[in-house]
Amino acid sequence: MPSVTDKVFKALADPTRRAIFEHLSRDGEQTVHALTYRAGVSQPAVSKHLTVLKRAKLVGHRREGRETHYNAQPQSLAPLVDWMTQYGAFWRERFDQLESLLQRMDK
Amino acid sequence: MTNSATTCSLVIEREMLHPPEKIWRALTQGPLIAEWLLTNDFQPVVGHRFQFRATPVQNWNGIIDSEVLMVEPHTRLSYGWTSMGLETVVTWTLTPTAGGTLLRMEQSGFPSEEGRNYKGAKYGWTNFIGKLENVVGGLQ
Repeated sequence: MPSVTDKVFKALADPTRRAIFEHLSRDGEQTVHALTYRAGVSQPAVSKHLTVLKRAKLVGHRREGRETHYNAQPQSLAPLVDWMTQYGAFWRERFDQLESLLQRMDK
Repeated sequence: MTNSATTCSLVIEREMLHPPEKIWRALTQGPLIAEWLLTNDFQPVVGHRFQFRATPVQNWNGIIDSEVLMVEPHTRLSYGWTSMGLETVVTWTLTPTAGGTLLRMEQSGFPSEEGRNYKGAKYGWTNFIGKLENVVGGLQ
């Protein structure tokens, strides 16, 4: 089973899904119709993207009568933010190792 | 961390007391790369597809898929860095200085944090952190 981190990365690897997520983050709750109007792809395609985003818990939904309203769940970006922090530590350590290799190269 | 409309980058810069030519060797010769970064089958040829490999850990196979995107000897080197479905690009820039070289690493393509809005509570963050430590533990 893919990890939560995996799902978040995969969900956001697609530019259309990223645009949907950003739109929801910026402008708040939207119906699938409003999202389709903005996304430039068909409604079934938008629904599919929303399913992926929901699985990654990046998007939540709320039913009101016949309409479903989708909203961004930005706290689910946490693994990504942590990942960047960890990559920062990773690269700093690699810079240290590179420097010590450079010292050794001439000897 | 810098931000653009849809992605953000991680930038690390450090001045090193070594000439660009020497740093370039450490950045582009497979056995040397393996000494400070990761095991690899890198070749300094644009379009060459290769992998970096770390020790696999739970939830991560330890593989970073890559393709050489730019090779400007002693100046600039860029390759893809795709792992766990996250596609980023790593770009190295070497600028000569009086005492050596300013080495800059930019890892770009992290999805934007735009719209992030952490109000108050820490939500369920701790659940993720354990997993990430496993993953990053394998990188180091």
